Amino acid sequence: MTEQAVMEVPAAVTEPGEQDPGPGDEALVAEELLVEEVSIDGMCGVY
Amino acid sequence: MSTDGAGPAGAGAARFDLDRPWRIDDRVAVRPEPFGALLYHFGTRRLSFLKNTTVLAVLRSLAEHPSARSACAAAGVPEAALPAYERALATLAESSMITERP
Amino acid sequence: MTAAAPARLVEQFELGLAAPICLTWELTYACNLACVHCLSSSGRRDPHELTTAECRGVIDTLERMQVFYVNIGGGEPTVRPDFWDLVGYATARHVGVKFSTNGIRIDRAAARRLAGSDYVDVQISLDGATAGVNDAVRGAGSYATALRAMRHLADAGLSGFKLSVVVTRHNVSQLDELKALADRYGAQLRLTRLRPSGRGADTWPQLHPTAAQQRRLYDWLRAHGEQVLTGDSFFHLAPYGGPLPGLNLCGAGRVVCLIDPVGDVYACPFAIHENFLAGSVRRPGGFEAVWRDSELFAELRRPQSGGACRSCGFFDSCRGGCMAAKFFTGLPLDGPDPECAAGHATAALAAAGPAAPRPAPDHSRRGPVRGQAGPVRGAAGTGPGRPVRGQAGPVPVSIGRRPPARACDEDPLSGFAIR
Repeated sequence: MTEQAVMEVPAAVTEPGEQDPGPGDEALVAEELLVEEVSIDGMCGVY
Repeated sequence: MSTDGAGPAGAGAARFDLDRPWRIDDRVAVRPEPFGALLYHFGTRRLSFLKNTTVLAVLRSLAEHPSARSACAAAGVPEAALPAYERALATLAESSMITERP
Repeated sequence: MTAAAPARLVEQFELGLAAPICLTWELTYACNLACVHCLSSSGRRDPHELTTAECRGVIDTLERMQVFYVNIGGGEPTVRPDFWDLVGYATARHVGVKFSTNGIRIDRAAARRLAGSDYVDVQISLDGATAGVNDAVRGAGSYATALRAMRHLADAGLSGFKLSVVVTRHNVSQLDELKALADRYGAQLRLTRLRPSGRGADTWPQLHPTAAQQRRLYDWLRAHGEQVLTGDSFFHLAPYGGPLPGLNLCGAGRVVCLIDPVGDVYACPFAIHENFLAGSVRRPGGFEAVWRDSELFAELRRPQSGGACRSCGFFDSCRGGCMAAKFFTGLPLDGPDPECAAGHATAALAAAGPAAPRPAPDHSRRGPVRGQAGPVRGAAGTGPGRPVRGQAGPVPVSIGRRPPARACDEDPLSGFAIR
């Protein structure tokens, strides 16, 4: 379900050169990405 | 603390060149994981998740190959999958995890 | 030879990680302040805190496990005499350090020292853009202390240090001012969620943002993107309009954990309670064995069913919210977060009994603390140092350690002059 897929994508995933990706096509593409990025401050449970 | 900017700035960054030689940046730590690997850049404080072991193998062999394309071939990446690996390497270059060799 | 299509990141973590990505390490329970919401109930040093040698042993383990980063806090970590020694020991072994401080020991010399290091980040704690708002929570003079530290850091050329704010009912109207304050000193603003942990259990009802404020906070965070850090502490707000930057999941026992001042390992710094105690670095195998073999962590790493939240359309984005927030408000862990963005908490909180679990252990100061008008624990107007679980002293942690022979209440700053 597309909607389900949108919710599941970590917001930090970005294609090179793109700003803040919204829901939709990027969500489907993101499922196939081999590399995902996040800031070291992007995980819950640390100060 | 010094923070380095991530690679080429802004939208429209150059597409990744598979035919250039690349290497892992000196400030990057690579840690293998069951699912692939984690990369951490001590300059940018960014973390990259490599989601399979093949892309890790490609990454680790980059410095020894005359091009990223040949590193992918040596790691067994089939032609059909190459665009996905190119996109992965482009992401790593954009965030300064890998840099071009002279 | 090509690997199969990668699963979602969240699913991949269920295989377990070789090491935490980063972790919190509280170096001491001693603190010069007595913030009303302190998540670790700090104030008094524990007589059984890890020695310098033991701390170095932990760092050796972190190096071997290739932990990228350790977040050092407390209490106030800089009051330990070996603080700089340990930071240097870690960075020499390529373990990145971010330490969280109220600024009390960030003088000009300390700032210059920090400016010269690539592997160390500093995080100044502040909970208001004005002394009025901040000091009500952190004590008289704490705003001035923080700003002095920030001035020294900026003067030393250290840009990009963090200004970390716990969002409360009283500072949520100051977000723009806080951003401006951070900008003025060349710092990066960080906003994190107040949890009902430690002394926060007592002040949570009065301090946590209202639903309307929470919604405004979410919109503000979306507008500021990755300029403002959040420590992924607002993933429970994703239902408002999609995920914020970050992993958007509870990291406890999966990608992060806590090492406390006496070497106990908890799932998360917001869950300092025996139910979330995974082991001790003082046991055979040390931290590595705890991370790898702890039953608690194995359970946390199993796919979570979501329980009552499973049928909610927002579950995939909010993941059922924060385990610690639910636990310390007396809510079941398989139900809604007390600040559920879809509004499912109201009924749940009404149904929860009055006896929410008490955070433990409690290292709060007993007597009056400089800068605080009254008692350091309990709701305003009650007596000092409310006993925990009906006992007169600190609650012993069940991991084969005797209760402290004597809790140390001595001022951690005795003999220290601020330059």
